Amino acid sequence: MDAVMNAPAAPARRDTVARRLLRNRSFVIGAVLIGLIALAALLAGVIAPYDPLKGNFRARMVAPSATYWFGTDHFGRDILSRILHGARISLQIGIAVALVTGLLGVVIGAASGYFRRLDGPIMRLMDAFMAFPGIILAIAISSVLGASVTNVIIALSIAATPHTARIVRASVIVVREMEYVEAARAIGASHARILLRHILANSMAPLVVRMTYVFAVAILNEAVLSYIGVGPPPPTPTFGAIIANGRDFIVAAPWITVAPGLTVLVSVLGLNLLGDGLRDVLDPRMRVNAR
Amino acid sequence: MGRYVLRRLLATVPVLLLVSLLTFALLWLVPGDPASMFLDTSATQEALERVRREMGLDKPFLVRMGDWYWRVLQGDLGTSLLLNRGVTEAILERLPVTLSLTAIAFVFAVLIGVAAGVLAAVRHGRAADQGVMTLALLGLSIPEFWFGLVLIWLLAVTVQWFPAGDYVAFAQSPVLWAWHLALPAFTLACVQMGFIARMTRSSMLEVLGQDYVRTARAKGLPEPYVVLRHGLTNAMVPIVTVMGIMVGALLGGAVVTEQVFSLPGLGRLIIGAVLSRDFPVIQGGLLFLAVIYLVVNLVVDLLYAALDPRVRLE
Repeated sequence: MDAVMNAPAAPARRDTVARRLLRNRSFVIGAVLIGLIALAALLAGVIAPYDPLKGNFRARMVAPSATYWFGTDHFGRDILSRILHGARISLQIGIAVALVTGLLGVVIGAASGYFRRLDGPIMRLMDAFMAFPGIILAIAISSVLGASVTNVIIALSIAATPHTARIVRASVIVVREMEYVEAARAIGASHARILLRHILANSMAPLVVRMTYVFAVAILNEAVLSYIGVGPPPPTPTFGAIIANGRDFIVAAPWITVAPGLTVLVSVLGLNLLGDGLRDVLDPRMRVNAR
Repeated sequence: MGRYVLRRLLATVPVLLLVSLLTFALLWLVPGDPASMFLDTSATQEALERVRREMGLDKPFLVRMGDWYWRVLQGDLGTSLLLNRGVTEAILERLPVTLSLTAIAFVFAVLIGVAAGVLAAVRHGRAADQGVMTLALLGLSIPEFWFGLVLIWLLAVTVQWFPAGDYVAFAQSPVLWAWHLALPAFTLACVQMGFIARMTRSSMLEVLGQDYVRTARAKGLPEPYVVLRHGLTNAMVPIVTVMGIMVGALLGGAVVTEQVFSLPGLGRLIIGAVLSRDFPVIQGGLLFLAVIYLVVNLVVDLLYAALDPRVRLE
């Protein structure tokens, strides 16, 4: 029944959200930045001028030039090629962490916000997780599980989930009291149906915004994990690993460190702008807090 | 107020219990036999048994958990497998470095962040506003450890205005202490500075639109007085509430910053333990940081309740 009722309104609404997003400067700049980096990462295999893992010993620590745009490291590996392949791993990890966190956040947040009896225990557990600084929790988990891309994803997701669950819970609690939820309950809708169709469908906006920021933080934290040495194992080219390689040569060959760091900065900046734009358009209530 | 303090204290107890349980449970995540982590593959059966005994892995789970709680309550976090000394002792020895770094970074973040936010709000929509907001966004997006490396390269190696690392105790020389911590603290403060600038700006914009601000202006009070006394005092309320969370983020960031600037703090202890899989130190360090975080948040909440009576009645 509600499919029929929603049908005429839906396209018009989607249209205005899209148009409002396109008019939002933050969103557009962010989308272009992250779009370009994603494209470069996708095409890394085609556009990278050199093998990211194979060094040329005759061209070690070469400064940026026409042959090596971003220079080479102490093994003679091309920095640009390593960054392109690194972007691929970083973005994969970022997307995976955003999705896993989003899913866990919805399940935990919805359970906590909808079923009052679960609320106390679940939230205390989330409080306990949040007492550990996220990055340290991720470092500890990643080191315990062992260095791999999957384990980095697991570690970063565990660190990002509690806050996400809290955000979902907060909006579920608001929506739960709406009259249309009461109406759905009155006509005998099941818990599952009420939760999925009515409550979650109407509490998505803060989650989408949060997932964008989780993506950004995951890229930053993945770089930290790799820099410290608990990220994906070498010789995997990740941003953090390239920066860690350049650390000892920062005076003689600053390009090894500067270029990957700037790439992280631009990626995270793009995602933050994207998130700001999405928040302004989808969730104007949150504006007051963060802008 | 007394009842609120009691309620707030009681609410911390289950979280504390869960926090220590989580720290304890970290060992479960180890694939296979935790004892084998500390030895290489050629280790003899006896060596494995010995480590298991030392770690208490030969006892049943509940007994181990009971032991752990009992020891932690007495302030004993166990013995480091690598340093061959008490974990509590090692942590306390390094704590001043981490607390100094976090405290200076906190001051940087609040002073610079609030000043920038006020400036942006007062110059709303003009060049200064846009400039501040762009810088704040950059601060939020910059990888801290990388920024630290760049600062070392530019300000410590190239022009040599600051030392590249090392720590001088406050008691030894307050001037050298501050000078050595200036770069790392600024690096660490960047992200929070960005957050605070953005929050202050939006909070100020909201407050400056209130009736009482218009009244203050209408009765002829000087503009700086209106902005600071009527505006900022009220705009700070939401910022005070997130200060506890901020301290947590700074403590986390300090771990990484210490690594970049080779400061002998808690962070380097934990990361060293992570890299050598020294479990008691990892667990002890995590627990310690979490307890600091909980205590700071407790204090912030109590302060907030003291300032704003409405909170107590909730």
